[in-house]
Amino acid sequence: MASQKFQRGSSSTEPEFTTASLPDIVFMLLIFFMVATVLRETDIKVRTQLPQAEALTKIDQKRLISKVHIGPLKRGENQGDTAIQIDDALIENRRTIRQIMYNKLQEQPQLIVSLKVDQESEMQIVNEVQQELREANALRINYSSNREGPPPS
Amino acid sequence: MPGLLEKRRSDREEASIPTAGMADIAFLLLIFFLVTTTINVDTGIGMTLPPKLKPEQEPPPVKERNLMNVLVNASGDVLVDEERARVAEIRDRVKKHVLNYGEDPSLSASPDDAVISIKTDAATPYNTYIEVLDEVWMAYREIWDQIARTNRLPGPDGGSAGLDQTYSSYREYYNQLGPDEDNQIRDTFGAQISIAEPDTGE
Repeated sequence: MASQKFQRGSSSTEPEFTTASLPDIVFMLLIFFMVATVLRETDIKVRTQLPQAEALTKIDQKRLISKVHIGPLKRGENQGDTAIQIDDALIENRRTIRQIMYNKLQEQPQLIVSLKVDQESEMQIVNEVQQELREANALRINYSSNREGPPPS
Repeated sequence: MPGLLEKRRSDREEASIPTAGMADIAFLLLIFFLVTTTINVDTGIGMTLPPKLKPEQEPPPVKERNLMNVLVNASGDVLVDEERARVAEIRDRVKKHVLNYGEDPSLSASPDDAVISIKTDAATPYNTYIEVLDEVWMAYREIWDQIARTNRLPGPDGGSAGLDQTYSSYREYYNQLGPDEDNQIRDTFGAQISIAEPDTGE
């Protein structure tokens, strides 16, 4: 016992934390981040199947983007009717878009309006929205579309 | 029991940083970044809408020769300068129009003057519109690719485009630009694509 004690004392690598509970801490943190990180993609009430294009640009600064969804309603009474959704709400009166966009522009002067339009929509509604954006002076827009064919490797 | 106590005390003095948990910390960080990094960036075709004109204000005049009118009707037929055209033809037509340098009197006088105007019908499918717009943008992309590869502006007296080196494509040049750096290619060879004012009232 005495010699063992001496040996252990001289060994420099002996003592350690108990690492048994470390995974628990890690998992706890992991779960915390999983819960706290907002992956919340707003509940989109309209179907937007984006068109495909080649001449794409990326928008790296997500905070500049404000999305406008245009497409047929997924469910509800008027299912299939083309509707406009900005953030969480469906737009009942198209005239209100200019006010919404104007307010957004006050908060973020470099606002980019990302138009997520279903590929089967008609241009009339797109033109109407664009006219509203012009009224609000929100002139930077982006026709959201996907890359053609399979994604490049 | 006193021996045990003594042993623990001597253990404490020898404490070193445990590395067993390092892997867990690494995993934690990895997972954190995996969660916060957004892989699918928003992609799309960027446009700038024309500013709202005051009622008494006339739209800025564009000489007929510099304007290339692209009309798209409800069934997806395309009319380029009053001629039927296929969507696939638009790219070459745009390039010819833009890179005319005053040669053909019916096409643009110079790339800076050239304007491509896209007009759609109320019932035009959005898909077709994007297809046409994409072709027009791709025409410019191909010209920009050329500039990036050669570092020379197109045209009869094409000078230097002012790039510090040549790139394999416009995209490569674009990708290496810093967030505050000016895009030399687009500054010297801009694209004028205009979305025509929709007809009001039918």
